[in-house]
This record gives sequence, C-alpha cells and structure tokens, in this order.
Amino acid sequence: MLEGLKKTGYLSDEELKSGPGIPSAERRKKGPAAVIECIQPIPCNPCETSCKVNAIAVGDDITNLPRLDQDACIGCASCIAICPGQAIFVVDDGFEEERSRVMIPYEFLPLPQKGDMVTALDRSGKEVGDAEILNVRKKENMDKTAVVTLAVPKALSMTVRFFKSKKQ
Amino acid sequence: MQRHEMVSVGAGPAGLSAAIAAAKNGVQVAVYDENDRPGGQLFKQIHKFFGSHEHRAMERGFDIGKSLLEEARSLGVQVILDSVVMGIYENRTMNVMVKDHVEEVKGESILVATGASENMIPFPGWTLPGVIGAGAAQTMANIHGVKPGKRLLMVGSGNVGVVVSYQMRQAGCEVVAIIDAAPEVGGYGVHAAKVARTGVPFYLGHTIKAAHGKKWVEGATIHQVDASWNPVQGTEKTFDVDTICVAVGLNPMTQLLKMAACKMVSVPALGGSIPAHDKNQATSVPGIYVAGDVSGIEEASSAIVEGRLAGIAISNRLGFLNDGDFHQQRETLLKSMAGLRSGPFGQKRDEGKQILFESMKG
Repeated sequence: MLEGLKKTGYLSDEELKSGPGIPSAERRKKGPAAVIECIQPIPCNPCETSCKVNAIAVGDDITNLPRLDQDACIGCASCIAICPGQAIFVVDDGFEEERSRVMIPYEFLPLPQKGDMVTALDRSGKEVGDAEILNVRKKENMDKTAVVTLAVPKALSMTVRFFKSKKQ
Repeated sequence: MQRHEMVSVGAGPAGLSAAIAAAKNGVQVAVYDENDRPGGQLFKQIHKFFGSHEHRAMERGFDIGKSLLEEARSLGVQVILDSVVMGIYENRTMNVMVKDHVEEVKGESILVATGASENMIPFPGWTLPGVIGAGAAQTMANIHGVKPGKRLLMVGSGNVGVVVSYQMRQAGCEVVAIIDAAPEVGGYGVHAAKVARTGVPFYLGHTIKAAHGKKWVEGATIHQVDASWNPVQGTEKTFDVDTICVAVGLNPMTQLLKMAACKMVSVPALGGSIPAHDKNQATSVPGIYVAGDVSGIEEASSAIVEGRLAGIAISNRLGFLNDGDFHQQRETLLKSMAGLRSGPFGQKRDEGKQILFESMKG
C-alpha cells in the first residue's frame, strides 16, 4: 500500500510526526493547540503574520515550513481560517474525560448547527465514528471560512479532520 | 488610427497589474480583452491564495480581481471589452476587432498578457457532451452558479485538478476520483489533502481509457499505466459518471507574439513554446513586453508581480519613471518574485525562467 501525501493525497502518520508544526501528546492534554499539517515547502506565510502570540514562525524565506512554538500557542484558532491551504486544525485533548475537541476549517453549505450529531471522517474521508458539533464560528474577518468545533472520542483527536451530515 | 502610450492585450491579473503600475506613473493605458468581462481567470478563483501579504495571500481570487479592476479604473485606465486583437504588425500597430468592426491601434509599448488555453487529451468518447475542461467546470459553477454534473471524474492531479475538484465538491457534485498518469500528485499537497478528506480517492499511475455513453457521458473507464506509460491489461475500473473533467495542463497563448516575430524558446517546464524575455519582461522585439501565463505557466500571484515589473519597465522606457526609482522598485519586485519561485514547486519554474532570460543574451 502506497503511503503519503504525494501518493494518496493525504498525510501518512509518518509524515505527520515529521512535521515541525505538530504539538506533542503531552501538550495537547494541557489544552487547545494548533496542529499545522503543512509539510511541503510552498511560499506562504499568513499563519505567521496572523498569530497574535507569535507561536508560529516561518521566517524571511516564506517557503520555510511553519514551526509551532507549542508553549506559546494558546489554541485561539485564528490561524485556522487564515491558512489558504486549510491545513491548520486545533486539537484539545484536555476537553473531557472521554472526548477531545477538534476544530476544523469548513467551506461548505449548509453549515452544521450546534448540537448536531455528525459522522466523523479521517484524512482520507473514511468514516471513523460519531462527533458532536460544539460550535460554528463564522466572522467577517474569516472571509467565509467557518471554523467548526467537533467533540470526538479521545483516541480519534489526531485522526478526525472532517465530517459529514448523517442525513446524506 | 488610435494611438496609446501603452496597450495591454488581456485584462487578467498580469494585464491589469501592468496597467495599474504604468498608470500610476502617468502613462496613458488602454487594455483590450476579448471577453465580455475583465479579470481573466481571477473571478473563477474562489479559494484563498498562497504567498505573503505583498502577494495578497489569503485573499480570494475574485476579491483580488475586483480590487485590481477598481484600482485600474480609478487611475483612468481604459478597459475595452469584447475586443479581439487579431494581429500585431510592424512598428507596434495592431488590428483590433471591437465588437462588430475592426480598428487600427498603435501602442508605443505593447504588453501581451493573453494567458493560456487548456490542454486536451483525446480518448475514445472524448467528444461526447459531458467531457469538459476544468476551466469550463469553474466557469459553470463559480461564475454562473450551474452544477456541471452530478457525478464527476477528474483527469489530472495538478493544482487545477485538485482545486477544481474541491470546488466541485463545494458546488454539491460528487467527485468519484482524481486520476493522473504520473506516479505522484502534481498539485500542492494541501490542496490534495482538503479534497481527499471529503472522501475523494486518488488513482495515480492511471489514465482514462474511454468515456461511455450514446448521446452524452454515462460512464468512464480508467486503467493503470506502467513506467513507460503503457496501459496495464486487466487494471480497468469503470465509474458511473455524467461528467469527465480534464485538467491536464495549460498552453501559453503566444500566437500574437509569434506573429510579431518575437524569439520563441521551448521550455517544457513552463508549458511549451515561450517568448524569450528579460527580467523586465521585455521580449526580443523592442517595445513588446509579456507577463503572466503567456510568458510561462505559473500562477496568478506571479502574474501580478510580472505585470507590475512590465508596467514599471514600460514607464521607464517611455520616460515616465527615472532610472533610479525604476531600479529601486524593480529590485523590490524581483525579491518578491524570488519568494514565489522558491521551494520544490517554484524551483522548476525558476529554472525555466532562467533559460528564457539567458536566451535574450544570445
């Protein structure tokens, strides 16, 4: 089985681990942190310039991969809607005993409603379980990209990256 | 005959950016475009752009198009639509078909920013209604609000293929697969990942064998290809689709430049036969400049920077911008461009551009 972004269109576990934008499991337990799934050097830096607490560094060469300062990151999620590649998520493993929070960028209509139960999907779009919609954030400065917060089973916080309505 | 200090052929990101840069220096500019609306492909681009602030990163293409247009108009740039430039002749004279009549136009400087056309690949059934270019799919969904089909197969995994697949998902179409004869995804991984997570599978090392259907597309068969691109027997897969979308690269629209006897160079990495040009975007014919996809297939962000470069170079040539200011502004733009042409994706384009720059010296 071929693996990896260039073979399947989505990140393998190996690639995910190698990225400089992934907070440690320990850090994720402490509360929300940005998970930057950006592993290809492409010229882009809005994540760096938009971060209010300087937790993301790209540098003068805008082709550098974004590096996360996991201790500086407060998980505010403002980088999610900013990222043109929709490659930033926020994961909070300290949310509840059984469930984690996963925040994702979402550019589809209709938007889900708070409280909806949906089917959680992994990076390949495979169904991996159920999720509850905790929040839908959409503001003017997010330029039509909504940020949807899902509650997912704790073990799936680094697996769930999308969802679909149960009505489909 | 109408005379303009600068004429841009094409009102896309490159043409408009050049017109703005030149008009800011006081150059009188006319922009001709064959379409009934300006902006080139920008108004189809509903996604947020990469780059940094100076490249207008995180703005959506259509918003960039709107603001370029407003800026051009506020600077007094004439944008003349429904007008086809039919030929460029000696001394920078042109024939332009404006709506129903032909006008003779002369530009002291001419920028050719005609963009590119889509490549097509022939296969059995490719003339059936329902086989469309990715550009057409974008025009239907993003400009006219029409779904191209219910179930769609995307042929090509370059940036156009993956971005348009995502946009088709947004429009409510099902995308059964993205296929590519190459062994790896051609486009940016982040674009691939955002469509993959909606459940679209990639079949790499696969090409289309045939489209099926009597009066229109009712299905498609794909098969695997080996390392020498030959089909592998017994690997066929058939999909029930009503639309086959083809995104297999772009070809610069260089006809006017060839007609004007500009030196052409073959650079496959930039899309084929490309006009040689220098870092000021000047071609081998004095007074004729190029910017955007016609000078090598890149992206809207680099087309904007190339347009600005051409705009200030033309201003300098016509005496509207002194050498000192020109060189200073040029350095800033070249630095900004270097940022866009770095990394594994940008590097190949940069190497191609170097070939074009070199061929101006010989």
